[in-house]
Amino acid sequence: MSGPNTDYDPVEVAAVSPAEVEAARDAALAAIAAAADLEQLKAVRTEHAGDRSPLALANREIGALPPQARKEAGQRVGQARGAVNQALAARQVELEADNEARILVEEAVDVTLPTDRDPVGARHPLTTGAELIADIFVAMGWEVAEGPVIEAEWLNFDALNLGPDHPARTMQDTFWTDPGEDHLVLRTHTSPVQARTMLTRGVSEGAPIYVVCPGRVFRTDEYDATHSPMFHQVEGLAIDEGISMAHLKGTLDHFASQMFGEGITTRFRPSYFPFTEPSAEVDLICFVCRGVGHDDKGVCRTCRGEGWIEWGGCGIVNPRVLQACGVDSTRYSGFAFGMGIDRTLMFRHGLEDLRTLFEGDVRFTTAFGSEL
Amino acid sequence: MKAPVSWIRELVDLPESVTTEVLTDRLTALGLKLEGIHAAGAGIEGPLVIGRVLTQDKEPQKNGKVINWCTVDVGDANGSGEPQGIVCGAHNFGPGDKVVVILPGGVLPGDFRISERKTYGHLSAGMICSAAELGLPDDGADGIIVVPADGPEPGTDAREFLGFGDEVIEFEINPDRAYALSLRGVAREAALGFDVAFTDPAVRELPEVDGKAWQVDVEDPAGCPVFAARLVSGFDPTRPTPEFIQRRVEQAGMRSISLAVDVTNYVMLELGQPIHGYDADKVAGGLGVRRARSGERLTTLDDAVRELSTEDLVITDDSGPIGLAGVMGGATTEMSDTTTRILVEAAHWDATSMFRTGKRHKLTSEAGKRNERGVDPLLPGVAVDRVVELLVAHGGATAEPGFTLVGTAPERPTITIAPDLPARLSGIDISAMTTVEHLRAIGAVVTEHESGALEVVPPSWRPDINDPYDLVEEVVRIVGYDQVPSVLPRRATGRGLSRTQRLRRRIGRTLAGAGCVEVVSFPFVGPATFDKLGLAADDPLRTTVGLANPLSSEEPSYTTTLLPGLLNAAARNVGRGAPGVALFETGTVAFPSDNGPAPIYGVHTRPSEAELEKLFEALPVQPLHLAVVLAGERTRSGWWGAGAEAGWSDALSVVRRLADELGVEIEVTSAARMPWHPGRCAVISVDEVVIGHAGELHPTVCKAFGLPVRSAAVELDLDALMAAAVDVTPGPVFSTMPLAKEDVALVVDDAVTVAAVEDALRDGAGELLESVRLFDVYTGEQIGEGRKSLAFALRFRAADRTLTEAETGAARDAAVAAAAERTGAVQR
Ligand SMILES: [Zn+2]
Repeated sequence: MSGPNTDYDPVEVAAVSPAEVEAARDAALAAIAAAADLEQLKAVRTEHAGDRSPLALANREIGALPPQARKEAGQRVGQARGAVNQALAARQVELEADNEARILVEEAVDVTLPTDRDPVGARHPLTTGAELIADIFVAMGWEVAEGPVIEAEWLNFDALNLGPDHPARTMQDTFWTDPGEDHLVLRTHTSPVQARTMLTRGVSEGAPIYVVCPGRVFRTDEYDATHSPMFHQVEGLAIDEGISMAHLKGTLDHFASQMFGEGITTRFRPSYFPFTEPSAEVDLICFVCRGVGHDDKGVCRTCRGEGWIEWGGCGIVNPRVLQACGVDSTRYSGFAFGMGIDRTLMFRHGLEDLRTLFEGDVRFTTAFGSEL
Repeated sequence: MKAPVSWIRELVDLPESVTTEVLTDRLTALGLKLEGIHAAGAGIEGPLVIGRVLTQDKEPQKNGKVINWCTVDVGDANGSGEPQGIVCGAHNFGPGDKVVVILPGGVLPGDFRISERKTYGHLSAGMICSAAELGLPDDGADGIIVVPADGPEPGTDAREFLGFGDEVIEFEINPDRAYALSLRGVAREAALGFDVAFTDPAVRELPEVDGKAWQVDVEDPAGCPVFAARLVSGFDPTRPTPEFIQRRVEQAGMRSISLAVDVTNYVMLELGQPIHGYDADKVAGGLGVRRARSGERLTTLDDAVRELSTEDLVITDDSGPIGLAGVMGGATTEMSDTTTRILVEAAHWDATSMFRTGKRHKLTSEAGKRNERGVDPLLPGVAVDRVVELLVAHGGATAEPGFTLVGTAPERPTITIAPDLPARLSGIDISAMTTVEHLRAIGAVVTEHESGALEVVPPSWRPDINDPYDLVEEVVRIVGYDQVPSVLPRRATGRGLSRTQRLRRRIGRTLAGAGCVEVVSFPFVGPATFDKLGLAADDPLRTTVGLANPLSSEEPSYTTTLLPGLLNAAARNVGRGAPGVALFETGTVAFPSDNGPAPIYGVHTRPSEAELEKLFEALPVQPLHLAVVLAGERTRSGWWGAGAEAGWSDALSVVRRLADELGVEIEVTSAARMPWHPGRCAVISVDEVVIGHAGELHPTVCKAFGLPVRSAAVELDLDALMAAAVDVTPGPVFSTMPLAKEDVALVVDDAVTVAAVEDALRDGAGELLESVRLFDVYTGEQIGEGRKSLAFALRFRAADRTLTEAETGAARDAAVAAAAERTGAVQR
């Protein structure tokens, strides 16, 4: 479009009157503003800015003007065409945005529609519970030790100071494998893992033993809301120089507060376990009523008003056990503790019936899906 | 052990300020665990008095029942002094008997208000009470309480007689505190707890031992170190048990039987020493103590005929065994309601022998319970003398001269203990002086050695104390377990979770991420379980580790597969309305090792390495398994369309997901293996070793377990899978050059596996091949019967350049040629 156009016939050239240019520009701007959609705008563009539009024709005439008039006319037509093109572009953007917005409105969905296509999985609270416990101890520098469920009688009993005639041996109502002469049992506690750790790893200068042993254990209990022939225990064993009941208390207090909340501590009551001497029962301050025994609603259901919850047993490892497991009891001492994982979960989560842990109802387990 | 507070107070000088609660708290802190406090008479209000039945008319009723219309003398308790008319349904009493009566205006437990009421044609003014109606433990008598003749007079408030207001503390006694199975022991602990005076009921002056009470021959002094006997004559068997003895025996939870029996039980409760009384006229000749001979039998007091073992200790007379020593007496010499001469015997028995005999004959008795835990060996003489005293005082008997006491109490060991050991083991600041003081307080004899060590002889009643650590517990429990400070050990230097522990967590999370829910089930199975799985008679899974004492005879074995528990859990969920269920379980299974029995070693030294190895080898092989079951909807139906039912491919998909997560390359081949569908079972291998199976379950198995058909399952040896897991993933190298794609459709026989074709394509295509993926399988008329068309997408890429069409085409042709050669594939 630029440059002289020598093809024009000057005779046909009409005057480029300012009024005509202005009128053409105004008509174009009005039409642009009136365009309701992109389709209309396209027609407006052809009519008012296309090759045959009045302003385009006017532009063509400029070349035919006498040189002194060209400049003024050129300026006038150029400004008018600029205004029209600008308006076209602006309207284009506006209409495109409108169009997009309309499409988005049309594409709206009901976001409350269900989205549960995929099945939801979950790990069992006994697994995650044991892991939580393991993590508390691992963070203190302990390790997690494990052992077989079907265990040698010697490791389950004799090595732990439960001799053949020890009353505790019948108290525990053990599952024996057939024939009994094989001297194998379904372990009645995870303590044989402690014995194994001492026997296979030993204790030496700079290599003390600090292990927790979570695992599955068996007793010949009838199956009901509070008893099960199979349940889970976690035991701990520390063997080092200078270990005392104070370390046991410190460890259990830490465990309790990590598991049940800041300020939840333990208390010891004298007890008897062949594995330990001195021995103690461990009670936990009730984490619901915090030891008070009742709340606004009356007697605390978690601790039945006691303010304390029986949690497990513990003590200083009996030197007879150290002896059987090859640990020098004149140099090293140790502590051990044990509690039921199932029972711990029962009072931690307010479970009414132990059997829900073993039924495999997915509604039970998936409820724990968000557990750490 | 049930101990009445009044009896404890009789032996210990407890201040009034020591309430029952304070007492039990202190005793619990010392190691006598409180089981409960029984307060008799709770819930009873108003006039509860002793009455004497004056008349008793039996009146048969239309309904066949017979009621008693009684008049009862209740003294002045009714305000008039006139006999009280009362209707009573019980028949265990008669005119002249003393009874317990609640008068109108009174209240019985359960807010049962007593008033005059018309019944059976009489105006009944009150009630003659049974133990149950008063909220008392069952006394064994079927009916109302009959008060001994020497009991309180009519009109007296009955509460004291019934022991109301006297709380009974029930303790749980640990095996090491057998001495506390007596009032003597409980009172001693109370005295220790409050640092007050204690009257030892075992301290009494004994007659001179002359061996003349009865001839006794102890053949087995190891089994019976001490044996004591005395004789009374002229005993009046019709005399009732004094009220205080009856009450205390019953408070302790035992039945009152007869004066002679009650006295022996009373003294056992008092001292902790079991005692036996014989009808001396039924004993033939001298008493002997020996082990039973093979084939001997004995009828015990419970009328059971017992085959004796040569390990059982027995008491004999000329006729043979007349008692199972220390556990239960025999029927032939039992005291009866005509017995006038009583031979009183008490002995110290070997605890282990007692325990074995009790276990062998499945006999638990109050005597056995004490004897098998260990009784003070100095007590037998004291106990027989005390029984004689009471029989004389209350039974009109005459103590015959003569006192037989055979044997001597076993020596107590001398234990050497460093005085700071209690402090070191407890972490409490306990001085040497405190240690000595507390050891003396429990009755030990303490000698301070020049070296500073203490030489301690524990008291005769503490057979549980044998080691320095036992002494530590005694000192620390008196100082108080609540004094133990809380200190974290700081030297633990663990290495974190082990490789398999971390892998197991990852496996669990992967499966949960795959929509599977974890289950924990019991590992008990039986032949019927394997039948349900359709296992052949010789299937190795049927070779189990059996249990000698299973809970159910149907399930006598430890399982070899996790599937039964999982399939049952799946069926349970389906039965409870779940449209689909995906479950997994990890756990060990067991296979017999057949390496012989597990040895039993001594405990005084550590077993050698070789011995340990032998022990470990004797255990069953117990690999960790994983099982998965998928039943019903695998993905849900919804507004988006239909969901997918679980099938064989879902099972394999889970396996592959797990293998990918662990970086394990698995091989999949097909096999027929129950409980899977014979044509839809995959064998999973790693490095040509089979680690498990996956696929669709056999329809009969689905049916047997109540699962939808096409349910799928997996069982893998997780130990094997984890062993193959990648420890360090090598950094992957990949090209960013342009990709070239080629699709090929190959027709093969139905029997040709996709894996075979894929392998051939891969081998034929050479290095330029980046991946090959089957994207369609087509069967139909166009292909022909017994044939299938497999469509593969081949992706080619070079490391260093853009591939030309010619290069890509050549690689594709080579791939197809290899497939044609190896699988007979024909390009479509
Ligand atoms: Zn509470």
